[in-house]
Amino acid sequence: MNFEFSADQMQLKDIARKFLEKEESVKRARTVLEGEESFDKDLWSQVTEMGFTATAIPEEYGGLGLGYLELCVIAEELGRSLAPTPFSSSVYLATEAILQGNDDTVKEAFLPGLAAGDKIGAFAHSESNTSPTETNISCSYKDGNLSGTKIAVVDGDIADFYVVSAKNGSSVGLYLVEGSASGIEVNQQPTLDPSRSHASVSFDNTPCSELKSDWSDVLNLLDRAAVLFAFEQLGGAEACMDMAKEYAMGRYAFGRSIASFQAIKHKLADMYIAVELARSNCYYGAWALSTDAPELPTAAATCRVSASQAYHECSKENIQTHGGMGFTWEFDCHLYYRRCRQLAANIGSQSIWKDKLISSLERANQI
Amino acid sequence: MDFNDTPEEAKFRKEAFEWLKANAPLKEGPKDGWRAASEEDGLKEVKVWQKKLHEAGWACMHWPKAFGGRESTPIERVIWGQEVSKFKVPGGYLEIGQGMAGPVMMMYATEEQKERYLPPLATGEEIWCQLFSEPAAGSDVAGIKTKAELDGDTWTINGQKVWTSGAHFSDYGILVTRSDPSAPKHKGLTFFFVDMKSPGIEVKPIKQISGGANFNEVYFTDVKIPDSQRLGAIGDGWKVSLTTLMNERLAVGDASGPDFEEAFSLARGQDLNGKLAIENDAVREKLADWYCQQSGLKYAKYRNISALSRGETPGPQSSITKIVSGNKLQEVANFGLDILDSAGIIRTDEAGAEQSMYQYGFYGAAGIRIAGGTDEILKNIISEQVLGMPQDMRADKGIPFNEIPSGNK
Repeated sequence: MNFEFSADQMQLKDIARKFLEKEESVKRARTVLEGEESFDKDLWSQVTEMGFTATAIPEEYGGLGLGYLELCVIAEELGRSLAPTPFSSSVYLATEAILQGNDDTVKEAFLPGLAAGDKIGAFAHSESNTSPTETNISCSYKDGNLSGTKIAVVDGDIADFYVVSAKNGSSVGLYLVEGSASGIEVNQQPTLDPSRSHASVSFDNTPCSELKSDWSDVLNLLDRAAVLFAFEQLGGAEACMDMAKEYAMGRYAFGRSIASFQAIKHKLADMYIAVELARSNCYYGAWALSTDAPELPTAAATCRVSASQAYHECSKENIQTHGGMGFTWEFDCHLYYRRCRQLAANIGSQSIWKDKLISSLERANQI
Repeated sequence: MDFNDTPEEAKFRKEAFEWLKANAPLKEGPKDGWRAASEEDGLKEVKVWQKKLHEAGWACMHWPKAFGGRESTPIERVIWGQEVSKFKVPGGYLEIGQGMAGPVMMMYATEEQKERYLPPLATGEEIWCQLFSEPAAGSDVAGIKTKAELDGDTWTINGQKVWTSGAHFSDYGILVTRSDPSAPKHKGLTFFFVDMKSPGIEVKPIKQISGGANFNEVYFTDVKIPDSQRLGAIGDGWKVSLTTLMNERLAVGDASGPDFEEAFSLARGQDLNGKLAIENDAVREKLADWYCQQSGLKYAKYRNISALSRGETPGPQSSITKIVSGNKLQEVANFGLDILDSAGIIRTDEAGAEQSMYQYGFYGAAGIRIAGGTDEILKNIISEQVLGMPQDMRADKGIPFNEIPSGNK
């Protein structure tokens, strides 16, 4: 049994962690949150120089040709450090959509730019306050053009191109739209986590090309991205647990360190339990993603649900452990609390993923 | 990242499987297993099976060969466990002796004692129990009061132990006593092994909430133990106890009973308000939570096995196993009974009846959350030993034991 990351992968993780610490990524997230910029351009250019965006892209398209296990460990560190960059949109979603496509000209046109970080892609999927389904998506494709409106498109205001879910007759597929195409209107949307920018994006007879034609392709893209999102969530959850512990150890009340109270210790133990369950499930997801296992839908939903739960538990109880200081703008607790919500919302709600998990187990059981 | 054996592991697995196949029937399904007609029969069958294991070199696998073991690596023990779980073989009765008494004897007994007592543990000829908990010393196990007084080279023991599994069929027991009540709590303890047939030992079964009796109270009235059966120095009993307690608290495995699969299959066949239960969103949400917990524990175990396979010490992630699985069992059992509606309350022992499994879980989970370290003690252990947080401030620190209030006063 070899159900662990390799020494090389752990070294890459360590490099990513140290780099993001040195660059004060958390501080940069605060700067983006408080400022006018949509993302940290300097950090993004450094992240791309490190080759992180090129990790899973094959060498023939300008990538490093490493694998998804490498991308998973990087995702964990980006999550731990709240990196205010379009990494998740561009790498887990847009790059994946193109990699999963069959069109070699599209790959040649987009992947080298994505690998180098010169191009930023965004995934436009949600349309309203209900989860997108095969039947309720109204954005539509006809004769090479796309029409409709998408909301809460993460990095929608800075993207060079969009991967859009849209219906073509009775089927729903994925379409690629250049940001420079005609008939696009982009409006920034304020959110609970201003350290990551969101926008509504409308298309009016906008020229596009088809990437994938079936709803199952949309689901597959979400499953693949879910594993990588789960690693970001895991990193964030663990960061909150570490913050809570460190604060409790140094905070004195009633004449003693509050870390010596069972009420605080048991809270931390609950966080540890949630993080360890999530970590083990994330490894399962990483294995399924990296081996293209038929279990991917189950593994993806499992790690997504587990990591969302862990981040929720740890980010809210981190604030609680900090007491009043945890509720202030000055402390970093709220940055994690916001990001936890942002990542949980990004590719579909907890209830939807729980339902997907049970559905995938029902399907597996029928075979 | 893969789930494959190394060539050596695969070879060992094949050897284990082939021996088992030649000596035991394969299980017919995941929930099929060995069951004895009575405790007496069970004990007999376990002894016969253990003897067979010993003769073929599969007993107490990590022990030295001189004491009946195989000197196996940790990963070989894991593989053996995985292979054995595919077969219907007798189990139980021997874990405390082999898992807790054996290691203490190996560490603290004289060479002659090791030669005398360890081989019969490995062959299953002799059964041991653990005499630790007392009525006023459960989670606070260092608060035991059973008195040990030395006269010449003989100790006299008076007091009461509780929650002693298998005391009524055990040949020997490991015993922790208070030899100096005027010393602080952890300082005045002394550790022994004792012949359970000694005059003055009385064993009484404890009736549990399930109606069964797996545990005992054990009373000591002027029981004589020669000083040669002392393990560790006088007053060092806590240190000796810790070698077994840490094993027990951190290694108590998965709670057995209905789990995700059972609840899932129940929901897929059971009517709920005119539809199948599986179509109910509240049911689906609960099932998803249990699946994630079960899967998290499964892959945490795989991470452990991977570390063992590399010859490394596993991380502390296994410390969450009992706490997660015990609570999950309690919820799954409650769900199983709830979904059977009013019929869930009707007691049945009929083998294979759906209620029966959930009813055993309903009772059992309440015990599992306490046995071998309560949820609360386990959370203390996680926060202190894994996360490095400080101990709670103690009201009994440095105070002579006989001045500390304990139990119900």
